[in-house]
Amino acid sequence: MNANHLILAILLLPLGGALAMVLAGRWPNLRETVTVLTAVLLFGGVIQLLDPVLGGLRPELELLAPIPGLPIAFRVEPLGMIFALIASGLWIVNSLYSIGYMRKNNEAHQTRFYVCFALAIGAALGIAFSANLLTLFLFYEVLTLITYPLVTHSGTEQARKGGRVYLAILMGTSMLFLLPAIVYTWHAAGTTDFRPGGILPADLAPATVAVLLALFMFGIGKAALMPFHRWLPAAMVAPTPVSALLHAVAVVKAGVFSVLKVVVYVFGLDILAGTTDWLIGISCFTIIAASVVALNADNLKRRLAYSTVSQLSYIVLGAAVLAPLSVVGAALHIAAHAFGKITLFFAAGSIYTAAHKTEVSQLDGIGREMPWTMCAFTVGALSLIGIPPFVGFLSKWYLMSGALAAERYGVAAVILVSTLLNVAYFLPIIHRAFFRPARDDAHHHSGHGEAPLPMVIAIVLTASATLVAFIFPDIFLNLARGVAQGGAS
Amino acid sequence: MSLSQHLPALQVVLPLISAPLAVLLRRGALAFTIVTAAAWAAFAIAIALWLQVAADGTISYHIGNWQPPWGIEYRIDRLNSFVLVLVAGIAAVVLPYSRASIEREIPRESHYLFYAMLGLCFTGLLGITITGDAFNLFVFLEISSLSTYVLIALGRDRRALTASYQYLIMGSIGATFIVIAIGLLYLMTGTLNLADMASKLSAIKSTRPVLAALAFFTVGVSLKAAIFPLHQWLPNAYTYASSAVSALLAATATKVTLYALIRFYFTIFGETMVFKSLPLPEIMLVLSLFAMFVANFVAIFQSNLKRLFAYSSVGQIGYITLGLSFDSVSGLSASIMHLFNHGVAKGAIFLFIGAIVANLTSRSGMPPAPTFERLAGLARQMPLTCFGVVIGGLSLIGVPGTAGFITKWYLILAAVEQGQWWVVGAILLSSLLAVAYVWRFVEVAWFRAPPAGSTLRGEASWALLIPAYALLGATLWFGFDTSFTLGSALAAAHQLMPFSR
Repeated sequence: MNANHLILAILLLPLGGALAMVLAGRWPNLRETVTVLTAVLLFGGVIQLLDPVLGGLRPELELLAPIPGLPIAFRVEPLGMIFALIASGLWIVNSLYSIGYMRKNNEAHQTRFYVCFALAIGAALGIAFSANLLTLFLFYEVLTLITYPLVTHSGTEQARKGGRVYLAILMGTSMLFLLPAIVYTWHAAGTTDFRPGGILPADLAPATVAVLLALFMFGIGKAALMPFHRWLPAAMVAPTPVSALLHAVAVVKAGVFSVLKVVVYVFGLDILAGTTDWLIGISCFTIIAASVVALNADNLKRRLAYSTVSQLSYIVLGAAVLAPLSVVGAALHIAAHAFGKITLFFAAGSIYTAAHKTEVSQLDGIGREMPWTMCAFTVGALSLIGIPPFVGFLSKWYLMSGALAAERYGVAAVILVSTLLNVAYFLPIIHRAFFRPARDDAHHHSGHGEAPLPMVIAIVLTASATLVAFIFPDIFLNLARGVAQGGAS
Repeated sequence: MSLSQHLPALQVVLPLISAPLAVLLRRGALAFTIVTAAAWAAFAIAIALWLQVAADGTISYHIGNWQPPWGIEYRIDRLNSFVLVLVAGIAAVVLPYSRASIEREIPRESHYLFYAMLGLCFTGLLGITITGDAFNLFVFLEISSLSTYVLIALGRDRRALTASYQYLIMGSIGATFIVIAIGLLYLMTGTLNLADMASKLSAIKSTRPVLAALAFFTVGVSLKAAIFPLHQWLPNAYTYASSAVSALLAATATKVTLYALIRFYFTIFGETMVFKSLPLPEIMLVLSLFAMFVANFVAIFQSNLKRLFAYSSVGQIGYITLGLSFDSVSGLSASIMHLFNHGVAKGAIFLFIGAIVANLTSRSGMPPAPTFERLAGLARQMPLTCFGVVIGGLSLIGVPGTAGFITKWYLILAAVEQGQWWVVGAILLSSLLAVAYVWRFVEVAWFRAPPAGSTLRGEASWALLIPAYALLGATLWFGFDTSFTLGSALAAAHQLMPFSR
């Protein structure tokens, strides 16, 4: 099978898996086997593409053209490869975790859950491999719609409200800002392909470039740039596996991935020079403001969500600084944040499953009950803070170097301050878990122990990934460098 | 002469014969078979004609071998061959559906009349589309209108009678205006053949009777096509008609009158007269925007699902007229394409609503209105039907992957080409209103608990679901493969505006 057919197979696999899950819906064991099998096969398929892409090939696939000259087309390049690798790889771990979580918590509509999950991953891969803006937009909207049933899974009033915010912001921004930006790009450039060095005509007025950039940046609501970030905390009403893989990895990374794609392959770093100051300002503001909100959030998932909002803006910031090193950092941070944040969400879900605790203030002494979980949490948190030997250090290093290379000392300062804020909102959790005595009252009972085994395995795997990716960063680093090279024409 | 040369005549004659045959046979099942066969034959002929026009260009057929301009000419070009496929296709889907749907909605003894009227209705619609003769067009308009009044009035709900009467009054005024316009044009040119009329008009374009004819025609068609603010009859008509009739009307009736508008504007009066020397584009732009916002906004607050989507139709017609107002190939293509894309999507939605109504209706009782109280928790009982309504709704919003998206793309492109950024914003904002009304249904059907004493009986029967899913499948198909829809629309637009790029 050549690489081009492989793309088609990768995109169809989640669809086929979803179909099989519907058919196997009555037999949970079979259904979950299908899920894990699909995830493994998918990851295997994506891995197959790695060597050609690292070797400089760009496998392509072109399907129908809904608009003449503007086909649904796919092209695998380094950035898409990073995104596809983490989305499909973490899906395996997440499936394992979901099985434990959904069964232990007796969640309803489990078939719907697994089916939508598979389709969401399929949509994320569609975004990762998209060769032009139309294809990206198609899968971007599909991802919004297919995750809606997952966000509102519980069917409660709170879920309905969360779903409203989720849909209103993601649909609203993409329809109001992203779509006209795409149509204008098509009108001005005669193409919407992602090409190294960008596609926009060089004689575009700076004001037009600035407006177009704003339309793109705010149109990609999944990147959660303030003030369009509220959908992310709203989405936390979903079951934790959804928050972990979709709202720490697949959906939000689809957002920042699109941001990087647009900056690097639609604009190109050259044409943007001098027009991104406001974007740097907004992403810096988002980094700090979201961290402050996280600092004051007692609900664990809410704290993690705002931490995500903040971390996502690192990536937007890396793109906005326009230095090749910062682009490397941004691309690398997609992977680094994914490993760290999924671990933290897994921990939050395990705590909820085993101890039925959701607030930070309830976590006193939980480290003794759930040592594996809380050790993994600590590892994830340290990685996100940016402490070696975890992968979060690497991405922050590159982001910092990029900022210094571009002589943007304010940006470097913001990264430093936010690191301190990271410490401030993560360490108290670890401190409570390990160094405070467990409280015994109506809300606090001890003796619950760890969450079910699949969940423990999953969380240990993702925590180790932060370490492994630090020791062997070559794959991600090479891919990230490939992205930065694509930016300059 | 071989049969294939007479396809243009057969396109209208076959359905026309089926109607009296249905009355003569007087048996529901036989009448159904005859009219359905005619509809399917018409669909096949429409496709054959489309292929023929796409390959060999415009077809001119002379009825009874009388040479135009004295005889009646059927003239089929890229524009009306495309509309013919829409009308015949919808009829071919709605007819099999109607058998199961009218079971409870219309008294059994008048079933044969229903089929006869349905046959006449789409005969009229096909006739309007295919004819190249102004008076013939008026005759077919009346055939379709009169049969539509009957079809609406056949609904069991007694309010259907007032809805039908309202439509009768408005429709008759519209028809009168149209016949006055045709009379004035005949007075000035001495011909009723459209092509002939066009060539004779070019010398006397700015004379007062011709301008008056344009005005009368525009107002008359606006009434029939429910162009804002002359849409008052539409919500009631769609709401109280039986399900199959709502679907047929929503998908075809207004679309065919809009076709007539495009035909008269571009072929007869000419683009320069209508759009360049009169302030019509501005008026049309403003009215379209009102339709897009007012009607879509009103739709959000409806408690009856049928009425909600009826108002949505008024809003969507706004997109079609908006495309015309740009006076560009992109805009005109968007309009022509949206005739089809919206027809198919809205047809599918009304078929699904019909399945819901059928489910709510008890065997002897009157069909209850599909209000949101009755629809609470519906998705548990009818997941496939509810899913269908939502996917159809996505096309109304213009989500990529649906036919509606392609139209929206071209509408935005048309506005961008002219640098009218505020219109781009208006199009996009109004499409968000569609998100609001579609999601209102989602929240009621999925999140609310079913009402106490719900009479729902599980999923709808396949006899209703298969036709509905056929149209829904078309909506998705034409969101990806646009060679038929966009190809036809672009070719038609270039044919109508030969001097634009």
